[in-house]
Amino acid sequence: MSLVIENVAKTFGDHAALDGVSLEARQGEFLALLGPSGSGKTTLLRVLAGLERPDQGTVRFGGEDLLTMDARARRIGMVFQHYALFRHMSVAQNIAFGLEVRPASTRPSRTQISARVESLLALVQLEGLGGRYPAQLSGGQRQRVALARALAIEPRMLLLDEPFGALDAKVRRDLRGWLRRIHDETGLTTIFVTHDQEEALDLADRVAILRNGRLEQVDTPQRIYEAPASAFVFDFVGEGVQLPGDVADGMLIVEGWRTPAPADAAPGPVMMSFRGVDTDLLPPHAEGLPARKISVLQRGGSSRATCEVGGRTLVLEVPQSLAGLGFEVRVAPRTYLLHPR
Amino acid sequence: MTGRRPSPGSLALITGALVVLGLIVVLPLIMVFHEAFRLGAGAYIAALKEPDAWAAMHLTMLVAAIAVPLNAVFGLAAAWAIAKFEFRGRSLLITLIDLPFSISPVVSGLVWVLLFGANGWFGPLLQDLGIRVIFNITGVVLATVLVTLPFVARELIPLMEQQGADEETAAITLGAGPWTTFFRVTLPNVKWGLLYGVLLCNARAMGEFGAVSVVSGHIRGLTNTLPLHVEILYNEYDFVGAFAVATVLAGLALVTLGLKSALEWRHAGELAASRRH
Repeated sequence: MSLVIENVAKTFGDHAALDGVSLEARQGEFLALLGPSGSGKTTLLRVLAGLERPDQGTVRFGGEDLLTMDARARRIGMVFQHYALFRHMSVAQNIAFGLEVRPASTRPSRTQISARVESLLALVQLEGLGGRYPAQLSGGQRQRVALARALAIEPRMLLLDEPFGALDAKVRRDLRGWLRRIHDETGLTTIFVTHDQEEALDLADRVAILRNGRLEQVDTPQRIYEAPASAFVFDFVGEGVQLPGDVADGMLIVEGWRTPAPADAAPGPVMMSFRGVDTDLLPPHAEGLPARKISVLQRGGSSRATCEVGGRTLVLEVPQSLAGLGFEVRVAPRTYLLHPR
Repeated sequence: MTGRRPSPGSLALITGALVVLGLIVVLPLIMVFHEAFRLGAGAYIAALKEPDAWAAMHLTMLVAAIAVPLNAVFGLAAAWAIAKFEFRGRSLLITLIDLPFSISPVVSGLVWVLLFGANGWFGPLLQDLGIRVIFNITGVVLATVLVTLPFVARELIPLMEQQGADEETAAITLGAGPWTTFFRVTLPNVKWGLLYGVLLCNARAMGEFGAVSVVSGHIRGLTNTLPLHVEILYNEYDFVGAFAVATVLAGLALVTLGLKSALEWRHAGELAASRRH
């Protein structure tokens, strides 16, 4: 069952949280919604869960109109940033909750429920902790309980709202790989909200980048990194530098450096974007952007220099032959992107 | 820390605090019981068995039995609305709930006289219908409900605000309906806070004097609550009777205090657990 979101808009007061978003997710796809805070990604997730009603647009899932159903009828599992576990219930009671609140006609028997709880505890690798209370668990364990609880209702889709946002870096990395495995095992369509670009690029089949309630780009992680659709996307996903410049008479002029412009570049003011890994460090008399070498970090056989270019900092590799270079240097990007400014 | 001797300064402060506490709390409490038993246990029991005292006890229990559940339900509903939702007039509602705390109880009684008394707004209408509110049990109940309105709500609002609405949201996405969510998620999370608020509300409902005094009319055996009866007996120089009835109120207060301390111990543990959460 695929998810089709069309032209969804939602306004809070006079702030447009979502401004005409159209997006599709295939059956079994792992889709990340990435964007800075206030970009509308959580609002979109809450619209999908039925916790927020959009002002306009349609949301269809497997041909069914989701917006006509209330949240409890949608059977969409949701995991929250702050876990939202029921604090007065044990881990097992938390997981069983979604089954126990079903009407008597569709509620599984007690033994079926406890068997399901046991198998979910095994899936999230928390066997034997069913009797604990949320306060007795670590953050990572709590989020795994929250996921088991969401999976207990046999959801048709899984929504995760910054699920690792409250955890420390190491636990985040461990849980990331683990979440991907659970997704691959269950085959559930999964929508994942995050503001951490590394997490999104690492985990998802496709990444949707939101800005001010609008979609900037929806693409595979590789395409997002290699061919960002806008200066904003470039800035958001990778450590790079953006400098204002101009295209005129087939030449690109940036910071006083003149170089032949790409054939397809339209004349006018542009934003030039490039990353440190695509940039060469050159001696001061060479052709390139004027830069200043601020510091050099020796690590193993290579050394990395932090340079200042046009008021921005850029980290790039220093070749052995140029190790003795002074303060004033030049840098020249081998590949770069131009976006209209 | 073990074996550390308190400094002379802190010893002086502790002694001072104990002396003040003894003078203004313990001594009067002892006096109540001393005066009540001045003529012996026989006179004490006789004073309690006196029909008007008995009726006052009944009325006090009745008023509390009506006012406390009403305010428990109101407080729970108001705190739920205030803590879990954003709506227009939210801060006005908070102010209104606090109002009975800030106005004099005498005024809380007087408003009912102005509304329902013989010369009040609705007085003539009620007279035609043959309904008596003022100088009647109804008035006593109304005045008590008004005075004790904030206790449960005030206890629950900060607790529920701190807990937020995340768990309720999760319950809904798991398929729970509104009532299931309330009874299985919201209520269990605040049960100790609710019980604590009910205890405070009950103590005030039984002990209220000012507001009740204005509306009751002091009709013996009919509209006299325990605090009013104590005053009447005292004014009639029946000191043994007055203090005997007062021991009942003091006893109720001591029981409340004991339950409250037990709850605070339990409640604190629960609150600490929710902060660890």
